[in-house]
Amino acid sequence: MRGNPYLFAAYAATWIIHIVYLGTIVSRYSRLKREIEDLKKPGVRS
Amino acid sequence: MKRAFPILGVLTAILLSYALYEALIGAPTEQTMGDVQRIFYYHVPSAWTAFILFFINFIASIQYLVRSNPQTDRFASYAAVIVGLVLFVVPFFVTLPEGMRPSSVATTGVLITGLYFLIRRLFSHPDTDVLAITSAEVGVVFSLVNLVTGPIWARPVWGIWWTWDWRLTSTLVMWLIYVSYLMLRRFSSSGETPLLAAALAVLGALCVPFVYFSIWFFRTQHPQPVMGGGGSIDPRMWHALLINWLAFSCFAFLVCWSRYRLERLQRDVDEAHAMESLSDPRESVR
Amino acid sequence: MTPPAGITRVTLLKDLRLEWRSKDAINSMLFFSLLVVVVFSFSFDPSAEESRQIAGGLIWVAFLFAAVVALNQTWAREIRNQVLDAYRISPAPANSLFMAKTLGNFIFVTVLEALMTPLFIAFYRLRALGPVWQLLLVAVLGTWALVVNGTFFAAMSLRTRSREIMLPLLLFPISIPAILAMVQATTAILNGEGARFWIVLLATYDLVFTTVCLLLFETVLNAE
Repeated sequence: MRGNPYLFAAYAATWIIHIVYLGTIVSRYSRLKREIEDLKKPGVRS
Repeated sequence: MKRAFPILGVLTAILLSYALYEALIGAPTEQTMGDVQRIFYYHVPSAWTAFILFFINFIASIQYLVRSNPQTDRFASYAAVIVGLVLFVVPFFVTLPEGMRPSSVATTGVLITGLYFLIRRLFSHPDTDVLAITSAEVGVVFSLVNLVTGPIWARPVWGIWWTWDWRLTSTLVMWLIYVSYLMLRRFSSSGETPLLAAALAVLGALCVPFVYFSIWFFRTQHPQPVMGGGGSIDPRMWHALLINWLAFSCFAFLVCWSRYRLERLQRDVDEAHAMESLSDPRESVR
Repeated sequence: MTPPAGITRVTLLKDLRLEWRSKDAINSMLFFSLLVVVVFSFSFDPSAEESRQIAGGLIWVAFLFAAVVALNQTWAREIRNQVLDAYRISPAPANSLFMAKTLGNFIFVTVLEALMTPLFIAFYRLRALGPVWQLLLVAVLGTWALVVNGTFFAAMSLRTRSREIMLPLLLFPISIPAILAMVQATTAILNGEGARFWIVLLATYDLVFTTVCLLLFETVLNAE
């Protein structure tokens, strides 16, 4: 029972790292999707 | 194809939950270290997954370099077959270092050759570069998990955060090599990046055996606490370990798939930008 | 057609001649080496016995910094005068250029090491308990390991942003097994212990990486 905070920390750290990484993928993906929609619309200039 | 993704996502989530249960409850408690040892079930699969991903990066980089030229392409294909054959045959005639079984080396040989041709079949020449960056990046993430869980495990067991255990040290160096690969990709101007990155990936991958071997020898001279411990492992622990490895492999597959799609989309957007600036009436010289 | 070795020799001699005439890099490198040794002497002030334990590491870190400064200007002259484009068009094999540059850097860094070593020996009162010829062998193999990868990565960094920082970023991680071997071998020889494993490792590393760099340099040179 002694090691429990460390056990929790290790598992939490693992999932935090994975979720943050997935988050960056998702946000970049939606931003790019929006950008490509803008590019497809004729005459839309930044 | 796209509908498979959510289905696989759900299946992976279920598998991960089952694996978590096995790690926390199903597996027996270790005698000396107690519950902290359960970190092992996340620490080790992350390492194995990272290794496989870096190996995929190696193959993808080689293919990016050789497939532009039919001669080098053929040469590399022969080399892949020969490597597999050697690994398949040699273990049965040579005494292996302790802990290695001939059947595992032979299987690895077959898998290496199989993986080479599978990638060759599934990915076109330009796509091998997309695969290369995907596998390197996801590999760095899994390797980071390995490097973070290691010290968290070491602290309660040995009282120190970093043990300079040879495996952990080698993983750190390998991680640094692939981070430098990602840095090159980020800082290089986009024209020639894939070729340069592929060359760096080959050098880096060749370096990894040197890293492990040199640090292993260094640690036998200057011993430090060894993580994970050798020796036999309780079959229920082995089962929990394998289940977690399977679950994380499926998870890694999905993460790679997402990253791959993102990279393809990025390239489509870049291409669209390029086409637009080419056809922009303001830019034409008349 | 000129044989590749001939091209290497000609290119190398040209570089050495240019360097000798301008003495640009040489002078700054000389002063740099002296500064490094002095700064290290202030940072670490061990007794004679202790110094034999840490000298290996100290010396090679100092050499590594000197090597990076030298490597960063490997291609500077070529870029200034658009020589690389001319080289790409010419039928000369890329390998010859690479070997010439690597050998030039090797000579350069070796000169720096030769200048820094007596200073280190004096400041740290070093005395090798093992055979000195082995130390020279380690110096040659170790310097070659740094220089062959360094020249390759210097070429790779040419068209990156922050070119100067890119070289050490790429060079250091991959050089770690070689650096470990150099340091351990030097420490072992200084203390009269065996260094055979490390020397063999270093030689193998040199062989593998020289071969691969030669194979891949053409790709790097033509990447555009």
